Amino acid sequence: MSEIKLTINGVTRTASAEPRTSLLDFIREHLGLTATHMGCEHGVCGACSVMLDGVPVRSCLMFAVQADGHDVMTAEGLRDADGAPGVIMDSFIEAHGMQCGYCTPGMMVATHALLSQSPDPTDDEIREAIGGNLCRCTGYAQIIEAIRIAAQRLRDAT
Amino acid sequence: MKPAPFDYIKATSLDHALAALAAHDDAIVIAGGQTLVPMMAMRLARPSCLVDLNEIADLSGIETSEKYLHIRAMTRQAKVLASDIVRTKVPLLTKALSFVGHTQTRNRGTLGGSIAHGDPSAEIPLCAIALNAEIDLASQSGTRTVAACNFYEGPLMSVRRADEILSEVRFPIWEGGNIGTGFQEISPRHGDFAIVAVAVQLQFDADNICRRAAVALGGASPNPVRAAELEAALYGQRIDAALVAKIVGSIDRVLSPTDDLHASAAYRRRVAKSLTMRAILEAAI
Repeated sequence: MSEIKLTINGVTRTASAEPRTSLLDFIREHLGLTATHMGCEHGVCGACSVMLDGVPVRSCLMFAVQADGHDVMTAEGLRDADGAPGVIMDSFIEAHGMQCGYCTPGMMVATHALLSQSPDPTDDEIREAIGGNLCRCTGYAQIIEAIRIAAQRLRDAT
Repeated sequence: MKPAPFDYIKATSLDHALAALAAHDDAIVIAGGQTLVPMMAMRLARPSCLVDLNEIADLSGIETSEKYLHIRAMTRQAKVLASDIVRTKVPLLTKALSFVGHTQTRNRGTLGGSIAHGDPSAEIPLCAIALNAEIDLASQSGTRTVAACNFYEGPLMSVRRADEILSEVRFPIWEGGNIGTGFQEISPRHGDFAIVAVAVQLQFDADNICRRAAVALGGASPNPVRAAELEAALYGQRIDAALVAKIVGSIDRVLSPTDDLHASAAYRRRVAKSLTMRAILEAAI
């Protein structure tokens, strides 16, 4: 077992895990944060996307021991300080940017990554940003609309 | 939790990693892990010991020297794609990287990892072969350099020994300007591995005559191949669609495609020709 200490959504947490534990399993099972979804577990679907040191990565494609000492943000980190849905979450609700909801946390993390780099993205940039996130309900049009709304609201807020 | 158990060593320097690799039977290195982790989850790879290169600071970085663009092996694909130095000095690589995976995989995946892995249709090995990059292999007995055209021995197989770590890749810089690049591929979805991919870099003189040509194809042979006969036919020519259509047929002689789940050998040959024509015309400035 290895001791792993990382910052997750701004909080420092420590837990032990075998080296073969994926960051995804660690987040869900050891830290009890279940917004990050387990989809394909081999890097294809994007449901497990998290921010690692400020950039989006797939948490199924790294081991938790590799995140030791690093900074992780999950979809839970998109909530406001009082626990209410943050702007990105709220925009997905507004546009109903989901059908079954399984891909949604990954989509929102990808949205956060996009909008922190590019506050006024074109539709092509939006499509590129979620290109690695599969929605098997194929409800992409409303997801793109949700991202447009989120971008507008975040721009209006600044 | 899907992989078989393994010991984990977080290497703090290249020497530390090489020593760990030499000290453990069946140890392998993990770079970005974007291919290795799925292979371990499916137990296609089952190392007893994993040596992690991710915390070795001096295995990352992009620099230029007089003749080469130096990219350290652990440089993330996203950094290479965003690099102004790469865009200026080796524009073909920038163009190719936009076809490699997605934002999330490029943030983790490395340039050296893709070359070391050697998927027959991967874009980065294709560029390395097209431009005849130099590949450094470090071991406890020193560092040797292998030309990209001599690096592969088959799909996923290279001359890298088990005790060696790919430490740097150097792409030759074409001095003199007037460079055009073309990168074309066909894949089931953007970001997937290519069925066939073609990389072209051409250099022209002031009269728009082609004075240097690199053309390579991936996905239609066990490893990417240069189309030397086609390159020779481009030399000294002003390039247009009629010329390219006339000379493209020679690529048939370097391709050896096979049927697989994604496409038949015949389809790969046919599409290789179309993509090569498009890539050359894209590069013809």
